[in-house]
Amino acid sequence: MEMKVESGKIIQTKDVSPSGMKIIWQEIKKDKLAMGSLIILVAILVFVYGASFFMDAKEIAKVDFLSIYMEPSSDYWLGTDYGGRDVFGQLIIGTRNSFTISLFITLFTAIIGLSLGLLAGYFGGATDNVIMRVIDFVIALPQLMFIVVVVTIVPVFNVYVFILIMTMFLWTGKARLIRSKALSERELDYIHASQTLGTPHWKIILFQLLPNVSSLIIVNFILNLAGNIGLESSLTFLGFGLPESTPSLGTLISYARNPDVLENKWWIWVPASLMILVLMLSINFVGQALKRAADARQRRG
Amino acid sequence: MWKFILRRFLVMIPQLFLLSIIVFMMAKAMPGDALSGQEINPRANPAELERIREDLGLNDPWYQQYIRWASNAVQGDFGISYTHKTPVMDVIEDRLWNTVFLALVTLIFTYMLAIPLGILSGRYNDTWVDKTVTGYSYIGFGTPIFIFALIMLFVFGFALDWFPSGGSVDSKVDEGTFAYVVSKINHLILPALSTALIATTSTIQYLRNEIIDNKIKDFVRTARSKGVPESNVYSRHILRNSFLPIAAFLGYEITGLIGGAVIIETIFSYPGLGQLFLSSVSLRDFSVVTAIVMMTGFATLLGTLLSDIILSAVDPRIRIE
Repeated sequence: MEMKVESGKIIQTKDVSPSGMKIIWQEIKKDKLAMGSLIILVAILVFVYGASFFMDAKEIAKVDFLSIYMEPSSDYWLGTDYGGRDVFGQLIIGTRNSFTISLFITLFTAIIGLSLGLLAGYFGGATDNVIMRVIDFVIALPQLMFIVVVVTIVPVFNVYVFILIMTMFLWTGKARLIRSKALSERELDYIHASQTLGTPHWKIILFQLLPNVSSLIIVNFILNLAGNIGLESSLTFLGFGLPESTPSLGTLISYARNPDVLENKWWIWVPASLMILVLMLSINFVGQALKRAADARQRRG
Repeated sequence: MWKFILRRFLVMIPQLFLLSIIVFMMAKAMPGDALSGQEINPRANPAELERIREDLGLNDPWYQQYIRWASNAVQGDFGISYTHKTPVMDVIEDRLWNTVFLALVTLIFTYMLAIPLGILSGRYNDTWVDKTVTGYSYIGFGTPIFIFALIMLFVFGFALDWFPSGGSVDSKVDEGTFAYVVSKINHLILPALSTALIATTSTIQYLRNEIIDNKIKDFVRTARSKGVPESNVYSRHILRNSFLPIAAFLGYEITGLIGGAVIIETIFSYPGLGQLFLSSVSLRDFSVVTAIVMMTGFATLLGTLLSDIILSAVDPRIRIE
């Protein structure tokens, strides 16, 4: 017996498989596009969060009728909008707000989706049935319309309520994904073994099932983050997202609904549009690289 | 097969019921009631208004109101529009057709682009063709539709002036003439193309993965070893199997288009349901809002039903569950 264990250990130390984080890092290093995206993303975020720290949000939001619709100059790097407000400053604050809020929406949907998905997948049967019927229903709703209506009829509307409303409609896809993975995972030997040994369900879910679906969660989290930035700015663009007091990238782009701004005053909406494109694409490229890293069949190296 | 369809229909009944309850609750939570849509003497005293409310049954318990609302809605009666002063269905009707046309043309564009690109990408995978197509679909996946549509409108609507920048038809042409049809199509192209170029992503990716998966299967090897020409291997064996899931996603695709109509119609000021929805929300014309939400909710439920039925028809394994 002892001999076998000993020899088994020796083989393991020689041929240890790389850890999850290591694989992810190697995969990103190999993928030049993902590496470039990650660098750009980190640079933008560091700059935006750093700069907004030194900026006076009130000063930027102040209307100045002497400098309406000014073209980009050395005073105003990206010109001014219809209220004479500095577009560059709004871009920084807007990027910060859009990113932070999307991050929170993604976080909350992840928590709800993860808990319900794991419960449905692990227990199966009636629990699964109830949760899945709710998911089927919410997924089939025209979400954008429902969000707009709920945003209109809530008595108090602020950033926190907005995050809550978005979470309410967006957790379903994640829950379904986690559930299907958990469903196949619970049929595997390691779960059965633990159950036979009498390990309580909550311990199996937290310490055995959860680590095994973690790569899926991380990939999905990152891809969702990009999607939520797009959704948040779309809603704000339509006028049903963040309140005026919290400008987002969508606020700047929404000025382009005025044909005159769209046609003649590019400096107001083009930078914010580019910012969203760069953010979403770079987050997506990182996410796709992680997706390959998580799936052994698609790994490049 | 029929059993599955029947069961799937039965699932839809509680869904529809739940949807109508939620929409009704939302309608109740909105400010104003059925009276706001009608011409009432502004100097009517509160007591008289109360009497009219009583007559209309607005003081009844909510479930009685719900039953009345639901039975009217089934017959297509959603009340009176506050801003248009006409029955809601009359306001919606024209807009509905505009949205249906737009969705139809978008769907045609989407498949016209996605199917050839998906086939090329799957058949010649890991060549430069595949890399270009995959790159395009990654970018499409990461681009929000409202930004892409704005850029398209800016470039082709304003800067190059190739297409009209708004509306659904030129106001100068008469209905029924050839010029009218041409003008209508001309107004459709830009919004439809903008949506389609972004919407192709999922279909391309799916088709590509299906073809690559099917390529190495035994039935393809058998066909090749029998000496079936390469073009027939693709058209008769690989593609037929790869198209099945694509066909099944048709329903979801329609569902997505209805939801996306809000954004695209607003940007191109195209008079469809989505634009009517947003302007009604802004004008607080809630009887119209309720009707549109109920109808699109119903349409999306139908879309998923359609997809599930096609999916089960092409893939019998789904029916077992």
